[in-house]
Amino acid sequence: MVWLTWRQFRWQAGAAAALLAVVAIVLGVTGPGLVTRYDQIGLPSCHTACTALASQYINELEFTTYGKLFYAGLVVMYLVPALIGIFWGAPLISRELETGTFRLAWNQSVTRTRWTLGKLSLIGLASVATAGLLSLAISWWASPIDHALSYGQSGSHFLRLSPLVFGARGVAPLGYGAFAFALGVTAGVLIRRAVPAMAVTLVVFAAVQILMATLVQPHLIPPVQTTAPFNASTANEVVITSSGSGPLTMILKGNFSMPGAWILSNQTIAPSGRVFDGPPGRACTANLPQQDCNNWLNSLHLRQLISYQPASRFWPLQFAETGVYLVLAAGLGALCTWQIRRRRA
Amino acid sequence: MIWLSWRQFRVQAVVAGAALVVVAIALLATGPHLASLFDSNGLPTCRTTCSADASNFINQLKGSATELIFYGSTFLLYAVPGLIGIFWGAPLVARELESGTFRLAWNQSVPRARWIAVKLGLVGLAAMATTGLLSLMTSWWASPIYHAAQKAGPNSLSIVDKIAPPLFGATGIAPVGYAAFAFALGVTAGVLIRRTIPAMAVTLVIFAAVQVVMPLLIQPHLIPPVQLTAPFNANTANEIMVDSRGSGPPTMTVVGNLSKPGAWTLSNQTITPSGKVFAGPAASACTSNSAPPQACNNWLNTLHLRQLISYQPASRYWPMQWLELAIYLVLAASLSLLCIWQVRRRRG
Amino acid sequence: MTAAIEARGLGKQYGRRWALTDCTLSIPAGHVVGLVGPNGAGKTTLINLATGMLTPTTGSIAVLGKKPASDPAQLASVGYVAQDTPTYSGMSVEDHLRFGAHMNPAWDSALAHKRVEQLGLDPKQKAGKLSGGQRAQLALTLAIAKRPQLLMLDEPIASLDPLARREFLQILMEATADQELSVVMSSHLVTDLERVADYLIVLVASRVQIAGEVNSLLATHHLLTGPRRDTASLPAGQQVITESHTDRQSSFVVRSNEPIHDPAISVAGLNLEDLVLAYMGSAKAGSVHPMLEGTR
Repeated sequence: MVWLTWRQFRWQAGAAAALLAVVAIVLGVTGPGLVTRYDQIGLPSCHTACTALASQYINELEFTTYGKLFYAGLVVMYLVPALIGIFWGAPLISRELETGTFRLAWNQSVTRTRWTLGKLSLIGLASVATAGLLSLAISWWASPIDHALSYGQSGSHFLRLSPLVFGARGVAPLGYGAFAFALGVTAGVLIRRAVPAMAVTLVVFAAVQILMATLVQPHLIPPVQTTAPFNASTANEVVITSSGSGPLTMILKGNFSMPGAWILSNQTIAPSGRVFDGPPGRACTANLPQQDCNNWLNSLHLRQLISYQPASRFWPLQFAETGVYLVLAAGLGALCTWQIRRRRA
Repeated sequence: MIWLSWRQFRVQAVVAGAALVVVAIALLATGPHLASLFDSNGLPTCRTTCSADASNFINQLKGSATELIFYGSTFLLYAVPGLIGIFWGAPLVARELESGTFRLAWNQSVPRARWIAVKLGLVGLAAMATTGLLSLMTSWWASPIYHAAQKAGPNSLSIVDKIAPPLFGATGIAPVGYAAFAFALGVTAGVLIRRTIPAMAVTLVIFAAVQVVMPLLIQPHLIPPVQLTAPFNANTANEIMVDSRGSGPPTMTVVGNLSKPGAWTLSNQTITPSGKVFAGPAASACTSNSAPPQACNNWLNTLHLRQLISYQPASRYWPMQWLELAIYLVLAASLSLLCIWQVRRRRG
Repeated sequence: MTAAIEARGLGKQYGRRWALTDCTLSIPAGHVVGLVGPNGAGKTTLINLATGMLTPTTGSIAVLGKKPASDPAQLASVGYVAQDTPTYSGMSVEDHLRFGAHMNPAWDSALAHKRVEQLGLDPKQKAGKLSGGQRAQLALTLAIAKRPQLLMLDEPIASLDPLARREFLQILMEATADQELSVVMSSHLVTDLERVADYLIVLVASRVQIAGEVNSLLATHHLLTGPRRDTASLPAGQQVITESHTDRQSSFVVRSNEPIHDPAISVAGLNLEDLVLAYMGSAKAGSVHPMLEGTR
């Protein structure tokens, strides 16, 4: 089985090796520059000026090649598992079904189950290894930037803990690689034609990734809840909106700063316990100075209710996420194997 | 031929339609909120406070779902042409070659050249229309953001400069060209490689490479950039950096703050009166720990340095878009001709 | 001796259509079995059931005493060449042999290489570039070199030219003699089977019409021609397969274990093709069709 799997996988393995080599070279050449600048600017030994230094560091990088590589790294880390699912997973068994070679393969002295398990495990391992090596390289390269970002404003979309970046760091991509591959193989077994299986794999994988990131990830470990009094003068956001002819409403977001944390919700609550949404008093709607509006808001004794994931939970969340995806992958692998065993030709 | 093209294209058309509907719903659901945020910051009627209002507006978007949708839609406009090339282009002819049905198709009363020309034309048009619609929808949705960027004036919010990559290739009519090119590339790969999945992989790799090389090497020079100089003032500089790692005297990198709002700055150099790029060596006013930071600035200002920037002004957005579209359409047309020629002379 | 294939009430349903109905067979080992029938009769279905590619809807089937594809030993004892002789178009001939060697513990590498040499195949040639005949030979080599006890072939020579067909059958017969194989070969070209088969199964419209050794089938089926008469007036013990009548003459194909002694009737033997055609004709829509008037 090992020989056969390798023989049929040669090109894909070569492509993966080439990609890893290109990425390694690009990151290897540019990585040290990031670290040098990080040290130069004084961040490793900063005490009080950390936030300002970090901001400066990030701003310097933003419009340079480093900034572009950072974004590119995100794109690559999300694309690669999808490509693995599409090009390694979907055609694996569907091509054999399409071309009829399964009639040759399933008549050798190897049972179908062993044939399927052999291919699934060997190429599954390759998928996990590819995604893992890439994640290692890119996370290593981006670590100065990730550190600098963690000093700054919570809620930035580029924090390590934010859904946008979380899936592109650490061990989560290992789970994505395994899942995408298993999903592709399953699509191939059920649909039995390679190109439709590739399309379905892409759509389902993208949907799962979006759903997981928005609905499940933030709650893998129940977030921390905290309340604080609402102070309008330091609030992040005091906005009056009108929906056409209806009454005016207010959106208030208090100031909450915990560097590196990912804020899931930041609501301003009235003493009654309900979310405060206006209507704005005269102090806010008339053309008076902002301070009057602030004073009025402060008199309402509002509270902020914040739900967040602290930065320290990065690794526990990563392991939880990877665990979920590995379980899904295993489940799909079992489904494939069972389906192939009971298949009618 | 039209019936045949449609019949073989039905599923892809339905999928594209469904995807467009999903995107439209997502954009429609969030568009009004974006517009009302724009209004509530006073931007439609701002006069003197425009720049601050615009900054406020953009800052409110930071960290919100809207920001994610903005990035997502940009990503989508790069991904969709690629997907079209892979799923519509590569299998178009390769499937027929692989499964042998070309022997049926090329033996009807329609000559081969016409068969492939009509398929290329109809599906290519569909590709361009799909991408065009997508671009239209997302620019409608994002118009408050671009308006705010315009109103921000000198305090430009560079992240939303439409003329610079990546936004340049994700807005306007350029994506239509990308779709045409990716599709033609896919069909060509299918004709030359004759197997569907390898053709899909090759299309992906080549298209990605082209999309990386174009903004790096070609786009900056579509129209020769504008050059501008101004005196360098260390007090307002963007960056003053001393590098004392090497064995020689410490070098310096200084970058001034000269920029044009909304422009794509291609290079920003600080040059000495002799015309060379200033690289130090750093005087003690900049290297010693006991000197106040102002001393370094003062010393730099005595050197009479100048800033030299090379940029594409925001006003060139549409001319550059048309040029980009033209280049990609020419590439697409050439690839199409190559396909037709190859199909005609193919042995069965 | 274990029967090569033992089927009891075997049936396979697709949706609402029965591809194989109520098939009960006991095919003895050590024969070359010809499985004949028109297109769509169920030959491929039967072979797929016997090789484990399909699972039965009703009934059971045992191949060499065990359930098809049940374990590696059973898989090793059955060789299979499917319709269209699938091969991996991207792998070379040599790769296919290595494939066989890795996937079959009982692989006879010397035999495989000898055959490839005899066939004049270039080991480095990719299977996708071989001609149809060469691919069929490669597929047969793969099936034979794993040293099976039973070889199942699904219309392997349907798309080959006469010379390639002859060569294929020749190699098949050599292997059968060398390795004491049982062979089940399906075809709708009876003339090819005539040369090699010594056991016949006729499958029409998803049912088995007749199964038995060729010699005894030919001995018990006769073509009777004589003056016009009704079917009912034939003596008992003679099973009419087909009949055809003109104004003055009747001819019947009958199956009878006893010799026929009716001076008014002329009795002739049948060749295999006519026998098969008779059964195919009689099975069509259950009604009697006039037999083709080709006589010997």
